[in-house]
Amino acid sequence: MAIGGNLLNVLLFFPLVGVLAIMLLSKDDHLWIRRISFLVAIVEFLLSFLPVWAISPGTTGYKLEVFHQWIATPAINYHLGVDGISIFLVHLITLLTPIGILASWNDVKHRVKEFHVMLLLLEVGVIGIFLSLDLFLFFLFWEFGLIPLAFLIGIWGHERRIYAAIKFILYTMGGSIFMLVGMIWLYNKTGTFDLPALQAMVHSGALVLTPGAEMLLFLSFFVAFAIKVPLFPFHTWLPDAHTEAPTAGSVDLAGVLLKTGAYGLIRVCLPLFPDAARRAAPYVAVLAIISIIYGALVALVQPNLKRLVAYSSVSHMGFVVLGIFAFTNVALQGAVFLMLAHGISTGALFLLVGMLYERRHTFEISEFGGLVKPMPRYAAFFLFAVLSSLGLPLLNGFVGEFLVLIGTYQAHWKWAAWAATGVILSACYLLWAYQRVFFGEIAHAKNRDLPDVNAREKWVLVAMCFFMVWLGVHTRFFTLRFAASCQEILMQMNRNVMHEVALPEVVAHPAGTAALNSKAISMERPR
Amino acid sequence: MIPRTPDILGVLPELIWCGFGVFLMLLQPFLKNRQALTFFAMFGASIGTLSTLFAGNGVGFGGLVMFDTYSLFFHWLVGLVSFLVILSADSYLQREGLDSAEFYALILFATAGMGVLASAQELLTAFIGLEMSSISSYILAGYRRDSIKSSESAMKYFLLGSFATAFFLYGIALVYGVTGSTTLGKLADASPSSTLLHLGLTLILVGLGFKVAAAPFQVWTPDVYEGAPTPVTALFSAGPKAAAFALLLRIFATVHAATTYWFWAFWILAALTMFVGNLGAVVQSNVKRLLAYSSIAHAGYILVAMASITTLAADERLGPIGAYAAVLFYLLSYSLVSVGAFTIVSELGGRGERYLTVDDLAGLATRQPFTAATLAIFLLSLLGLPITAGFLGKFYIFTAALNSNLYWLAVLMAINSVIGAYYYFRVLVVMYMREYKGPLPADAPAGLSATALMVVAVTVIATIYLGLWPNQILSLLTSQNPMLTAR
Repeated sequence: MAIGGNLLNVLLFFPLVGVLAIMLLSKDDHLWIRRISFLVAIVEFLLSFLPVWAISPGTTGYKLEVFHQWIATPAINYHLGVDGISIFLVHLITLLTPIGILASWNDVKHRVKEFHVMLLLLEVGVIGIFLSLDLFLFFLFWEFGLIPLAFLIGIWGHERRIYAAIKFILYTMGGSIFMLVGMIWLYNKTGTFDLPALQAMVHSGALVLTPGAEMLLFLSFFVAFAIKVPLFPFHTWLPDAHTEAPTAGSVDLAGVLLKTGAYGLIRVCLPLFPDAARRAAPYVAVLAIISIIYGALVALVQPNLKRLVAYSSVSHMGFVVLGIFAFTNVALQGAVFLMLAHGISTGALFLLVGMLYERRHTFEISEFGGLVKPMPRYAAFFLFAVLSSLGLPLLNGFVGEFLVLIGTYQAHWKWAAWAATGVILSACYLLWAYQRVFFGEIAHAKNRDLPDVNAREKWVLVAMCFFMVWLGVHTRFFTLRFAASCQEILMQMNRNVMHEVALPEVVAHPAGTAALNSKAISMERPR
Repeated sequence: MIPRTPDILGVLPELIWCGFGVFLMLLQPFLKNRQALTFFAMFGASIGTLSTLFAGNGVGFGGLVMFDTYSLFFHWLVGLVSFLVILSADSYLQREGLDSAEFYALILFATAGMGVLASAQELLTAFIGLEMSSISSYILAGYRRDSIKSSESAMKYFLLGSFATAFFLYGIALVYGVTGSTTLGKLADASPSSTLLHLGLTLILVGLGFKVAAAPFQVWTPDVYEGAPTPVTALFSAGPKAAAFALLLRIFATVHAATTYWFWAFWILAALTMFVGNLGAVVQSNVKRLLAYSSIAHAGYILVAMASITTLAADERLGPIGAYAAVLFYLLSYSLVSVGAFTIVSELGGRGERYLTVDDLAGLATRQPFTAATLAIFLLSLLGLPITAGFLGKFYIFTAALNSNLYWLAVLMAINSVIGAYYYFRVLVVMYMREYKGPLPADAPAGLSATALMVVAVTVIATIYLGLWPNQILSLLTSQNPMLTAR
């Protein structure tokens, strides 16, 4: 049990070994800095597979818990653990970090040492968010991850990088400081920051908040998460941050940072404030649907390829939030799955766009056209990523969106109907952009002899495509492991409804009855 | 009357500090070695601080001073601050060609004054402590005689400071008129409804509000902080402020008439101070001024905890992480960070304090990675990011405020934290993301001096240590409620 007991500690802090090793190297020794950070990131990726063994399909609850007392007053504990939802999100960051290092092999040329230190620190911060089972620890990593990413954007980004970095910091700090206030308020009421303990208190009815207080607490957390997701109207930092960030930064941002917001909604907002979540659901759903459609429409008219991908993130993350707030097991599973799928496919799109930028130093779609002739293999990879992003069956994007839509339909067919338009729109903007970039005549002489993907880029893309297919085809490997965890989260919410079923306003509320329906559905699903 | 041994022990640190101050002044004509003087001054500061271990625990001079955990904490704080300031002033004085013996002597006198403030149990004793530290500070502010800014700083500080002291003294007179006594123990039993007593306490609050730079009594701060020699600014932002808060806490937490009645006074002071400090800092281009405004803002955060103290009934204040611990922890973390940050600013300013604008910091991360990294840690602590002492300090204040149901004040503090994030992060951006425009001036400082390096190392390690393992210091702050023994 000794190894099992420390596995999560190792997983969390192993990238720091890389940071230390890089620190010892001379700052001009670029090759070894890259090699060592890549090696550390790959080892971390392999390490992150070990916890999967602890999560057998169909089991619930947190596994491999690590618990140490840390600060005596207030009672803050170092409490780590994984369940079926968090483990795959950890995989996402451990996968995208080595990919990001490989992708920036030639791209980043100045301050190479700091760049890799920041990437690995970011990895620690994000893994910490997913593993923390103590609200305080969660917040600590939440803030900790902010700084490396802001530096990645601000130092190695494009023209307007400083503006983007400051905007990113202020938006996320603005959200998280209110989360801190809400967190302390919750602590003052309950005397603990421990997430499982808090969930048990809510579940057993030991913690009863007045509706107003619960809503305020819910909002204080929700706004912080909604900014990170980002949900309309909190999304305005994202296009700037994405567009200005270096490729590795965009990949990590899209791949993982956005998921921390959605993960927070699942892990904190739903189980701790179920009634408030239920009351807020119709409004959240409207915001999510606006995100889906608005993000897609803006992507449609973007002249800038990277901004287009950024807005497609807004649209896809709208699906995730919709899936979470539909309160059905299928939709929640879809949301979790879409988080993984979106991380892979949008990550791949950002990688591809970054490769194009390395060659032409522009993101303007009008600068391209007819690229399929000079770069046939690149065009093939791009098409693969586009198809996965717009949700072609057998690829990863389809499974997530389909589950979200079907699960949402079970509860509210109108929401699903509106959201489905996003699927059509995503096909429009992605295929249209693809057509403009790759087909037609070569309008610019510079594009005539662009080099095709080299060996390094090819293997990065092959890896990404492999995961697209794996997620799309062998979906059961993932859903089997997080289905039970999703169900547990909904059970915690629903059990609460059963307690208060006597209260007329809860039952009369459409969201409340929907949640009851979803319980019935979730019980039917075979494990 | 010959003082008894316990009396002497009660003021032992002050005696040692003053003694070493006098000794340094006498030594100056004979000892030309600056480093030896620095060593003696540091020795004096640390001996004085360590002597608190023998200071006993109890009342001295018939109730004029009281040595308890609370004053022990503040003695350590001001002793540590003056030790670090002396160390960081060494290279500064050499660079500016200033005499060091008087400088160190004044710092030690000021420290003794702050020590008296922390252990005073009687208002006139407190007044003497206040004057000791203030008058030394006035001279220190004008220590760069050749610089107009420094003279302006001293003049402004002196005029406004005297005015504030007058308020304080008049307040004492009124309080004496009502109660017939100036000891805090007697005041605690006074009728809480007397208007004249309230008026007297208001004047005392005004006087101390000036010393801690609470808005609207903060106008002097930016100019004085900017003009004073940078190590002195470090001292101002940490030492006298902490000592004044020590007295404020003693008075407004022990005296019945001065607790709940003052809730709104502290509420408004806190809100105003936070906004004035943070909004003022946003538009600053001089780093010293920026840190001066940020120091006002941080005083505002501490006042939030003060406001939450006034809402608590006497027995509730014993809670495990009461608002007291929040105030003390915040003062400790802020003082360390502030001394560290000003030390770096002092080194970066170069000869004649020429390179003090935010733009002068451009490209610091590539020129001096270590300096930039440490300054970044200080700024992140001021900003309140995790694993720094500043974060936990802010966290405890939020906890105190929410414990007392001061939701709106907590929200205002949250808004202010975001404003603060903007200007601290702006400095980080300049250091890490901009390149220096044009060629570097030849006399721009190349790195930290050895002494400054020591100060920075101590403060950085302490900042991170307190941010990660606050248990020991918290148990010291909470093990014995200071105010209980003060009653």
